[in-house]
Amino acid sequence: MEHEITLVVNGAARRVRVPARRLLSDCLRHDLGLTGTHVGCEHGVCGCCTVLLDGEPVRSCLTFAVTVDGREITTVEGLAGPDGLSPVQRAFAECHGLQCGFCTPGFLCTVTAFLEANPVPTEEEVLEGISGNLCRCTGYQNIVKAVHRAAELMAEEA
Amino acid sequence: MTTKLFGEPVQRREDPRLLTGGGRYLDDLGPDALAAAFVRAPHAHARIRDIDVGPALDVEGLVAIYTWEDLPERVGRPLPLLIPHPALTHGRTAYPLARDVVRHVGEPVVMVVAADRYAAEDACALIEVDYEVLKPVVGLEEAVQGAALVHEDVPGNVGAHLVQEVPGADGRGAREAIETAPHTLAFRLDIERSASMPLEGRGVHARWDGRDLRVHSSTQTSTSVRMAVAAALGLPLPRVEVIAPDVGGGFGVKIVHPWPEEILVPWAAMTLGREIKWTEDRREHFISSAHERGQVQYVRVGFDDDGRVLGLDVTILHDHGAYTPYGIIVPIVTSTQLLGPYKIGAYRVEFSAVYTNTVQVTPYRGAGRPQGVFCMERTMDKIARHLGRDRAEVRAANFIGPGEFPYDQGMTFQDGRPLIYDSGDYPEMLRLLKELIGWDSFERAPGRGIGIGCYVEGTGVGPYEGGHVQITSDGRVHVSTGLTSQGQGHETVFAQIAASELGVPIERISVVTGDTRRFGYAVGTFASRAAVVSGSAIALACRKVREKALRIAADALEADPADLEITDGIVHVAGAPNAAVPLSTVAVLANPLRYAFDEETARATQFAGAAAPDRPPVAEGEEPGLEGRDYYSPIRSTFAAGMHAAIVETDPDTAEIRVLRYAVVHDCGRLINPMIVEGQIHGGVAQGIGGALYERMAYDPHGQLVNASFMDFLMPYATEVPHVETAHLETPSPLNPLGVKGAGEAGVIPVSAVIASAIEDAEGFPIDRMPISPSDLFHLRTT
Repeated sequence: MEHEITLVVNGAARRVRVPARRLLSDCLRHDLGLTGTHVGCEHGVCGCCTVLLDGEPVRSCLTFAVTVDGREITTVEGLAGPDGLSPVQRAFAECHGLQCGFCTPGFLCTVTAFLEANPVPTEEEVLEGISGNLCRCTGYQNIVKAVHRAAELMAEEA
Repeated sequence: MTTKLFGEPVQRREDPRLLTGGGRYLDDLGPDALAAAFVRAPHAHARIRDIDVGPALDVEGLVAIYTWEDLPERVGRPLPLLIPHPALTHGRTAYPLARDVVRHVGEPVVMVVAADRYAAEDACALIEVDYEVLKPVVGLEEAVQGAALVHEDVPGNVGAHLVQEVPGADGRGAREAIETAPHTLAFRLDIERSASMPLEGRGVHARWDGRDLRVHSSTQTSTSVRMAVAAALGLPLPRVEVIAPDVGGGFGVKIVHPWPEEILVPWAAMTLGREIKWTEDRREHFISSAHERGQVQYVRVGFDDDGRVLGLDVTILHDHGAYTPYGIIVPIVTSTQLLGPYKIGAYRVEFSAVYTNTVQVTPYRGAGRPQGVFCMERTMDKIARHLGRDRAEVRAANFIGPGEFPYDQGMTFQDGRPLIYDSGDYPEMLRLLKELIGWDSFERAPGRGIGIGCYVEGTGVGPYEGGHVQITSDGRVHVSTGLTSQGQGHETVFAQIAASELGVPIERISVVTGDTRRFGYAVGTFASRAAVVSGSAIALACRKVREKALRIAADALEADPADLEITDGIVHVAGAPNAAVPLSTVAVLANPLRYAFDEETARATQFAGAAAPDRPPVAEGEEPGLEGRDYYSPIRSTFAAGMHAAIVETDPDTAEIRVLRYAVVHDCGRLINPMIVEGQIHGGVAQGIGGALYERMAYDPHGQLVNASFMDFLMPYATEVPHVETAHLETPSPLNPLGVKGAGEAGVIPVSAVIASAIEDAEGFPIDRMPISPSDLFHLRTT
């Protein structure tokens, strides 16, 4: 049985019919064509599929699409503003915080929410803040650097 | 070089799309494709008695179900043994779908095609396979006993056996040298299995239009997948194209080809006339792709009072899992690269590669080097401890001197060529490392130790790569090379090379990799070879184009080509900036066209009209267009090197191991982009930390991989990886036009050796087995 739901994705209301078991990650990727959200493990460990649900990071691979009917979702496609890349996105480029780019959308969403809540994080807080996302390429060092740099950019541009 | 981008930390050209969700990974393609899923063996060793697909037939959306019996003869053959070797006397590969016997949990048995992945998995769940369970062979020691066999026709489970010997300067063999040495030691060293584990698994998408086949695969070698698919499906090569889209990490596992799915998905697409996609899930990646590292190594060493090695005798047991599609590259690399930066008096190495009922073993970043380095570096530490000498000093006593290059180790390397180191400066590297970590001022305390590890890495293996460079009449430069990218930033570094060679702003350069429509001949991205081999090929292709551009511009400017330079995409007479013609115009001049599509080509028709009427518009020996293709085929590998040191702290009660500092000195010749090289090192060290402290493949006695998920296979998060301090040494390679050496694998290679060295220093007892968990360390303390 299919259900008609409405997701507000990156500011736009999207109506979609999905079976009850459709994962939010699959709904975003396959039903809505937003393939920037990636799926790395489908058991909620790697964090590649992280999106923002009403501003909070969630694992879209552990969320059924029908359970978020009417809610606001931000994916990597929605992070850039009208003036271009967000400070977090720019910081990742500047600090070489990505290599293959597969885990990157999850990190970007996680870090966006993290800095929103904690604009001036300590080193420990940054490590803790990204400790739910796996990256196999970078060794995290430049991701950590990028989080601090993004905080700086956000402060400068506030 | 007029545009000095070579050597600069240029920001990556890949990033804007990858940061905005604009990457195109395998599962992002073919939104309307049918989905494939596989029924995989639940037993490590079993005979298939019967397959009943009946219960699955009513699943809504089901399109097709295939077993081995449904495959045409050509498609159903065993997969190719890619790299045969005379020592691999009993090479065995799997069938694309299991025929009679399954030999590891995860082996594909049935392929299902359905409207979407949900339906395909529904059908898989309903298919009933009746198995007669056979005795599995799990673990190296059980395998060598040969009581049970993985393959009935492989006695003792031994697939390959190889002995290599290099006598000392006095002509004596290693065993004799050890017998008569002033000091001898013998010990055993173990390394457990780990795996590449890219965050994107494998995947294949195929589309057949009735004549031509287009395959996308998340692969490290699109050109070879193309040849393998054409061969398996009986298609003429020009009618098959294979493209590697954005690939979410590889680390070795995606160099294996063809995977069963790379044959089956295209075959099903042709058979059904439908677009089909298969995307590997995480459990499939754990149990159906490939692992590496598992080796047991027995060492005997003889040495003098200064710690100089007089003879080294190593016997390796290598676990290659159920099949050998990639031959015996891993133990060959271990055997040869074990020697590191040292002059070993006499060397004997013997390996037996044995089958077990586990996932097959193929190269994972480092490819046998971490095991070899663990062996050699533990040996150096044991010599130092035996003699009561400083560990760095013992290493220095064995180093090849900076004046001794090229240095011939007297062996045959993985590429079949002599193991001759081209350049390096190991004493200087050690000095830099000691300074960086503070080796001489380190204050030892209970539970605090410092460790060291050195390695040499053969990189940039042949046989070749090619580059194609085209400058179009809009002044843009289009670079292509056949090898693929999995995050190494090739679009950036190859553009840097082209910008530097051609004198063109990098913004006007685009790079395509891994697309057989653009470049058909290539080997692949592995063995830290892309920058060396493709980078050199692209540089050579650029030089051809540059030469042609200067020749044409010289004509137009009535100047001598030798007086011309290219700056910012404009060819001009040196010292006379007004006598200039842009490359866009040179591209127009290079193509005497008859048709005026736009302003640029209108100018071309004008130039064509102005050519001498008694000569052909395209001169003899010339080709239309401003483009060039060239290949680089290295005579031998080029040898990068590195030395790492770490300071660790171990908890007296919980035995928790913390890495307090981690220092790397690295020499990969000339750096094209230091930012990217550093990133490669960071990532390598992180994988090394995973392999040293956390990651293992936990097989139970039945051959079940009990930790086949990210919940249980402990890949490090940011909280587990130390900050890496780096310093670079640049000894250019004399072998290639850029003076570069490979950097991709480097970071991972010595980490297990370094961490073991540091823990041993902290604890005071030998660490001979990696990875080491807090529980392992706790138990070692009590025994």
